[in-house]
Amino acid sequence: MTFISDTFTLAGRLIKHNLRSLDTIITVILMPIAMLLLMVYLFGGAIQIDGVSHAEYVNYVLPGILLMTIATGSAYTALRINLDKTSGMFDRFKTLPISKSAVLNGQAVASVIFMLTSTLIVLAVAFLIGFRSKASISEWLLALLLIVGFAIAVTWLSVPFALAASSIDGASAFSYLILLLLFVSSAFVPVTGMPKVVRIFAENQPLTHVIQAVRQLLTTQPIGNHGWIAAAWLIGITLFSYLIGTLIYRRV
Amino acid sequence: MPKIITIDRIQKQFKEQKVLTGVSLDVTRGSIYALLGANGSGKSTLLKIITGLLDADAGAVTVNQLDVKKDLRKIQRLFSFSAQNSTVDDVLTGSENLVLIAKLRHIKQPQQVANDLLAQFKLTAAANKRVADYSGGMRRRLDLAMSLVGDPEILFLDEPTTGLDPASRNDLWQAIRGLKQQGKTIFLTTQYLEEADQLADEIGFLGQGTIIASGTPAEMKHLAGPEKMTLVFTTPTEVNRAVPVLQAFRPQTLDEVTLTVVLTKSVTTSLQILSLLTKNDLQPVSFQVTAPTLDDVFLQLNKEA
Repeated sequence: MTFISDTFTLAGRLIKHNLRSLDTIITVILMPIAMLLLMVYLFGGAIQIDGVSHAEYVNYVLPGILLMTIATGSAYTALRINLDKTSGMFDRFKTLPISKSAVLNGQAVASVIFMLTSTLIVLAVAFLIGFRSKASISEWLLALLLIVGFAIAVTWLSVPFALAASSIDGASAFSYLILLLLFVSSAFVPVTGMPKVVRIFAENQPLTHVIQAVRQLLTTQPIGNHGWIAAAWLIGITLFSYLIGTLIYRRV
Repeated sequence: MPKIITIDRIQKQFKEQKVLTGVSLDVTRGSIYALLGANGSGKSTLLKIITGLLDADAGAVTVNQLDVKKDLRKIQRLFSFSAQNSTVDDVLTGSENLVLIAKLRHIKQPQQVANDLLAQFKLTAAANKRVADYSGGMRRRLDLAMSLVGDPEILFLDEPTTGLDPASRNDLWQAIRGLKQQGKTIFLTTQYLEEADQLADEIGFLGQGTIIASGTPAEMKHLAGPEKMTLVFTTPTEVNRAVPVLQAFRPQTLDEVTLTVVLTKSVTTSLQILSLLTKNDLQPVSFQVTAPTLDDVFLQLNKEA
């Protein structure tokens, strides 16, 4: 029980950090909203996708924007972990008689809560500008499960980077890799139009599977293999990052 | 007096660099132990080993007769550690920082404990201010207050007054003395010799990876030799005449009109010297008795090491 209470006490501290940082709120919430509006109103008209009208483009692009929201949030997760490492807060926590894993778990819980809150706000804006879904409750729940899984995976992925980095800049740099992966996926345009080598990469990288699965669920289409492949990637990334992250944490 | 911390032949090496080559020391319960050493001498490394943050390559540390490697969890309930540069959360308020630690120590009334400590460290007025707006002295006081949450028996303070102005330093020294009066054992590292002199019951000099000297501040000062008297005369001729008169006191000329002599017994020897000078019609324009400081000891030990 103390493990849970320690985790939530430490998560509460980081939630206060996020809520008190205007910079975090602007970057994590307003930036993805701006991207959504740009994609729908500025570039959307120029993007031609078979079977997707301009009015429906918001339905197409939303899963990618939700993942972008989470990826942007992960930069701040990495930043806060790195700050706690360099400022000596980890040393203070490590000398307290608390569960060893509570410190990183607290970071993860706070990160996922913040990512999902910002995702819900972006989703609400999407509804305001015309996003509509006829998905059933179970399809919504599955889509939500994948988004939560993605938030958990990206959060844990940020941990080893944040702990290994010697500066804040280095710690948050990895989130740009995820953002780059988003552009080389089916987030904004179908992969079919991409050059062959890029297409093969885009078709098989984890973000495409997550995006396709969420998109198909929300548009009530069959998800094919995307669902389980996405789940396998997310579980694999989470476990691998958790193990590496906790190993590094013991040494810093 | 019973020992509460025993450090036995601790060794630590980082890659090719041997930082600690066999440190042994004991700390008496209820005392203040100051570990002195130059920058990079391994003070913080030793402190991290004692508090379980770092594993030693060899040697053993026991706290309250418990082995740090085997019983760290039990030991963690006995001590608190305050690292260099005030490990406080800038985004939270002073009160929130204390409540956070109180909750992590599973104290039943965390806000009450926080309020009491804020009052004890004169931070009540700033309780709800974010720590980012605190002065250096306030941050250090809060840091120390956070270390006291849960009433630990032993406090490890890593360079507690580094970067503080003299007034804030005095405040913190007073707070540390107060903690000793409450029966706490305090182990602090410092590079300020005056700090060790002011606070410590026992001092250990860390140099070349080991304790090169230890003892009370008085014993340490004795290592640097006896007191000296500096005499200033009007002319060089007077100095030349004074040297043979004061031969028994090992006179040394500092410049044309100044010489120093060694005092074996502070007051009586001083009077003896002044009387001898008067008898020989020599009148210094000024004289000053100087006791060796820990700076002298520090410089001498570092030179020898």
